[in-house]
Amino acid sequence: MTKHPPLAGPGLFDPALLSHAARDAVLKLDPRRLAKSPVIFVTAIIALLASVYAAFGIGDAPAPLIVQIAAWLWATVLFANFAEAMAEGRGKARADSLRATQAETMAKRLAHPGAPPEPVSSRSLHKGDLVRIDAGDTIPADGEVVEGVASVDESAITGESAPVIREEGGDRSAVTGGTRVVSDHLVVRVTQAPGEGFLDRMIALVEGADRRKTPNEVALSLLLTGLTIIFVLVVVTLEPFAIFSGETIPTAYLLALFVTLIPTTIGGLLSAIGIAGMDRLVKENVIAKSGRAVEAAGDVDTLLIDKTGTITYGARQAETFYPAEGVEIETLIRAARLASLGDETAEGKSIVALAERMGMRGDADRIGTLVPFTAETRLSGIDLADGRLRKGATDAIARWLAADGGALPDDVRDDVERIARAGGTPLVVAQDRRALGTIYLKDVVKPGIKARFAELRAAGVRTVMITGDNPLTAAAIAAEAGVDDYVAEATPEKKLDYIRATQADGHLIAMCGDGSNDAPALAQADVGVAMNDGTPAAKEAANLIDLDSDPTKLMRVVEVGKGLLISRGALTTFSLANDVAKYFAIIPALFLAAYPQLQALNIMRLGSPGSAILSAVIFNAVVIVVLIPLALKGVAYRPMSAAALLRRNLLIYGLGGLLVPFVGIKLIDMAVTALGLA
Amino acid sequence: MVIDLAQFALYALLVTTTAIALGAWMDIVLARPRTDHPVFARVDGVLCRSAGIDPAAEQNWLQYAAAVLAFNLAGALVLYAILLTQAAHPFNPQHLPGLSPWLAFNTAISFMTNTNWQAYGGETTLSYFSQMAGLTVQNFVSAATGIAVGVAVIRGFARRETKTIGNFWVDLVRATVWILLPLAIVVGLALVALGVPQNLMPYTSAETLSGGVQTIAQGPAAAQIAIKQLGTNGGGFWNANSAHPFENPSALTNLIEMWAILALPAAFCFLYGRMVRDRRQGRAIFAAMAIVWAVGLGVTYAAETVGNPLIADVVAGAPANMEGKDARFGIASSALWAVSTTAASNGSVNAMHDSFTPIGSLMPLVNILTGEVIFGGVGAGFYGMLSYVVLAVFIAGLMVGRTPEYLGKKIETKEVKLALLAFFAMPVGILGGGALAAIVPQAVAAVQDPGPHGLTEILYAYASATGNNGSAFAGFGAGSPWHTTAQGLCMMLGRFAYIIPMLAIAGALAEKRTFAPSAGTFPTHGPIFVGLLVAVILVLGGLTFFPALALGPLAEQFAMAAGTTFAVH
Repeated sequence: MTKHPPLAGPGLFDPALLSHAARDAVLKLDPRRLAKSPVIFVTAIIALLASVYAAFGIGDAPAPLIVQIAAWLWATVLFANFAEAMAEGRGKARADSLRATQAETMAKRLAHPGAPPEPVSSRSLHKGDLVRIDAGDTIPADGEVVEGVASVDESAITGESAPVIREEGGDRSAVTGGTRVVSDHLVVRVTQAPGEGFLDRMIALVEGADRRKTPNEVALSLLLTGLTIIFVLVVVTLEPFAIFSGETIPTAYLLALFVTLIPTTIGGLLSAIGIAGMDRLVKENVIAKSGRAVEAAGDVDTLLIDKTGTITYGARQAETFYPAEGVEIETLIRAARLASLGDETAEGKSIVALAERMGMRGDADRIGTLVPFTAETRLSGIDLADGRLRKGATDAIARWLAADGGALPDDVRDDVERIARAGGTPLVVAQDRRALGTIYLKDVVKPGIKARFAELRAAGVRTVMITGDNPLTAAAIAAEAGVDDYVAEATPEKKLDYIRATQADGHLIAMCGDGSNDAPALAQADVGVAMNDGTPAAKEAANLIDLDSDPTKLMRVVEVGKGLLISRGALTTFSLANDVAKYFAIIPALFLAAYPQLQALNIMRLGSPGSAILSAVIFNAVVIVVLIPLALKGVAYRPMSAAALLRRNLLIYGLGGLLVPFVGIKLIDMAVTALGLA
Repeated sequence: MVIDLAQFALYALLVTTTAIALGAWMDIVLARPRTDHPVFARVDGVLCRSAGIDPAAEQNWLQYAAAVLAFNLAGALVLYAILLTQAAHPFNPQHLPGLSPWLAFNTAISFMTNTNWQAYGGETTLSYFSQMAGLTVQNFVSAATGIAVGVAVIRGFARRETKTIGNFWVDLVRATVWILLPLAIVVGLALVALGVPQNLMPYTSAETLSGGVQTIAQGPAAAQIAIKQLGTNGGGFWNANSAHPFENPSALTNLIEMWAILALPAAFCFLYGRMVRDRRQGRAIFAAMAIVWAVGLGVTYAAETVGNPLIADVVAGAPANMEGKDARFGIASSALWAVSTTAASNGSVNAMHDSFTPIGSLMPLVNILTGEVIFGGVGAGFYGMLSYVVLAVFIAGLMVGRTPEYLGKKIETKEVKLALLAFFAMPVGILGGGALAAIVPQAVAAVQDPGPHGLTEILYAYASATGNNGSAFAGFGAGSPWHTTAQGLCMMLGRFAYIIPMLAIAGALAEKRTFAPSAGTFPTHGPIFVGLLVAVILVLGGLTFFPALALGPLAEQFAMAAGTTFAVH
């Protein structure tokens, strides 16, 4: 599988992106757009109020200070808008590169099968239309092949340079809009009208245009709104308490206190985090059909993984030869090599290579007729002058022998079973009516996969291997690869049953699949990743689509989901913890007149009350900008136990959130005082 | 000092061990009743069937909440009627008149909500009939209501994929008959044995050595004191509450009464562990409560021991702050009682909190401001704590990379919304009620002291009402129509604005499916979670009340340290 280079996306400091985001930040001051983020909306209202105070010189605070406070409150709103615009901008850039594959083309529509093609714009196609695509044409929309076989270049989407075969029926009937037919022709039934395909949906999601809040995001916004309401109460009741204490607080100061207390940091970054999470998935060449799917990926605790291609290399390798009783090993090796010359599969080649490594050469001059491997006979071999040699699966050889009245001897059967139990695939070699011995084909487990599974296990994610192998072989490979469980002799029904049973035990499951018969399981799984080269049914049932058709991607998807949730939680915790320091800055400043002794709480030793309040407001605004890179890149996720993760993140974002503003506000205060701003 | 610390340790040990045992007992009688046991079946059968209750019929959260409200409304109306018409009832040897409508309203709400705020003095206001048939009844049933709701809420957390969370009437009967009555009988008899009066005699007039005449109040006190301590009620039989030598005659009665404050609230943690079938969960919550309690005790004890530097040279002897404290109990027992009675929403006192040093009184106030969740009221403290657990899990739970979950259940929009709703009750009542009291002229008139101490008096009064604590800071004239009405509303807010959302959360959680725990699950039983929970309580509570506290106890403390005092108007 060649890995497609990640879709192009601009760097964080791309000047075009920055200037575009800056312009968008201003446009987003439109109240209808602000209202999507309650905390920022409230901040804008307060900024407006402060501006009115500043403009009309109302209030008993120094006018320059009120002007500065109002300006920084607006800055807070703009910075939050800017964060969202940055995330959208990066998403847009990536969406544009996706969209390039979706350019308008001409399509040849057929009124009915066999009708003459009528040229129309690809944009005017509807679901259910039939189109003919000839060699060299671009496929105009997602669809399903109803007639013909053709090779299709899908590199525009997958990055895979070798063309793939698409044909009617079966698991290779799906075609994607934007890919190109290289040879032959196809008739395709459109399954998604252009503009509604998976890519279009994804483009809408990363662009933020059609972004709906995910359930978790809704809950979090609710919490932030709730906290905002509490702080309204805190600030509104502070004036009566102050009056009782013999002091009135300038309204501008109360507005400043309010904005610094409400969770503007997470409120301002929340949608940026969500968009960036989708964006990270696109970077992995995975298309999410909804934001909900990305969140669910973080919750998954069981991965169903196909053995072949993910856990083991696709091809098995010959490992050893076991001669039957009374057979010289050289005889077996020679026979195995000759019988495999007609087998062009990787397995056949590996038998020849092993035989040659073991010194068996120079037989190439033996004249005979090669019997190539076919799916029906599941045998390959050679007919020589002095006999016929065959090699193949145990049952195939047994049948071949039986046809001539021969049978497999018990010692060969024992070897066969031993190999199977060890996780290998046994092949039997026979000459005429006699079995010569067995070849041990080993499933080669990918290096590093065991460590990967151990990591996942530590993070609380179980791995389950799905294989068509018999239970003996499956158990052996499962042990070698270190998976937690396996499903042997898997059929689509068996997979579905396994998913249902595991879900009933309280687990959340992710799986990937490509065939039509995977569709029910994909739909039943909590997270289903369909391979892009899979059938339309599989793609429809899944909630994520992997453009690279790489089954190992499942693990990355889980990590991206977790990273998204962690970023949200970390910034929420950070934002709330920040408030402690802001109190220590503002409260002593507010009550200097009534209770000068409260200066004991001014542990930062801020220059003056005005400077203390202004510094807190500035910090509150600037921290949003400082955290934009973190929000866009996401908090790095490394698999570890939840307890370890929690300890680490609480330390960084909880304790950090408590301490950082003390330093930040002090530094800003020093600057404010030095510049004589307050 | 060493003796004081030993006393604290002994107390903690006593409460913890008995709480573990009581938790097990409550599990038997409330959560998994042995309905096949002949004695249990008989009592249960007679009481429930005679009231037309089917013990097996369960209610969903809405029906449960409706039953709670109906029962409490009826109880308050009966009590209101008794108090208004006091003069017409028997057992009134002092011929005390009926209460004013304001005071009757305030008192009826107060005892119905388990607050037991007293805008009156017991011996000069209430007849024995009002005390026995009115207050003591509510002492039992308001506590039983708390226990019932607490158990129902826990059922919501423990159950899965069901709609029902128990039956209020059955829980009410069982909590009263199997938990409160037996304990109250034992404690009541012990108090009688130790010298607390229990009679129906008129007050005695005695001539003192100096020739003056003293009226010695008495009455059926021991029975009511037992349940006021056990049921986190706290309303004293007499005005001086447990500082009165009849209510609390000796060191031993003091220990028993202090034990009774925390026994049942602490037991709820262990009951919880049993009901959710993971005792570590209960221990973690117990640990979080115990930590905040211990810190509060340490600070108050230290502050009272250090005393007021301004009078160190004026008052002879140790500098410790003995003002408003009973010499029999001293600093340690007074601090221990003050912190425990405010941690639990008990509200009985054996010393005057108004006379504590500013920091010494800050900790009891903070205990109340957190929403009475540091053990808290029987049942009420625990379900209040669960609202913090939901918020803590939601805020920090995302940081493990999964949708926040607790006990295998996902915490989603609905739970967050309801937990926030419960969380609103304290700020609305205390900041809202307090702010009005600070500026409305007829309300301000009730405040005795100027400056920060006066603000503390206001905050404490409204915190005590909204938190359903009921302890009085003193220095606050609570009897005016403004305050009796405002505080009555605050008491209802603090009670039902918790009960209804928490029952709704229980209903929502009971319906959810449970996900299996794994290494990737947010751990809610270890030290990290305990620390997180404590931090969330203190940060959320702190963020809400810090400005007000800065103008009250904190300003007073710093002023005191700087040698500033505030003259009375």
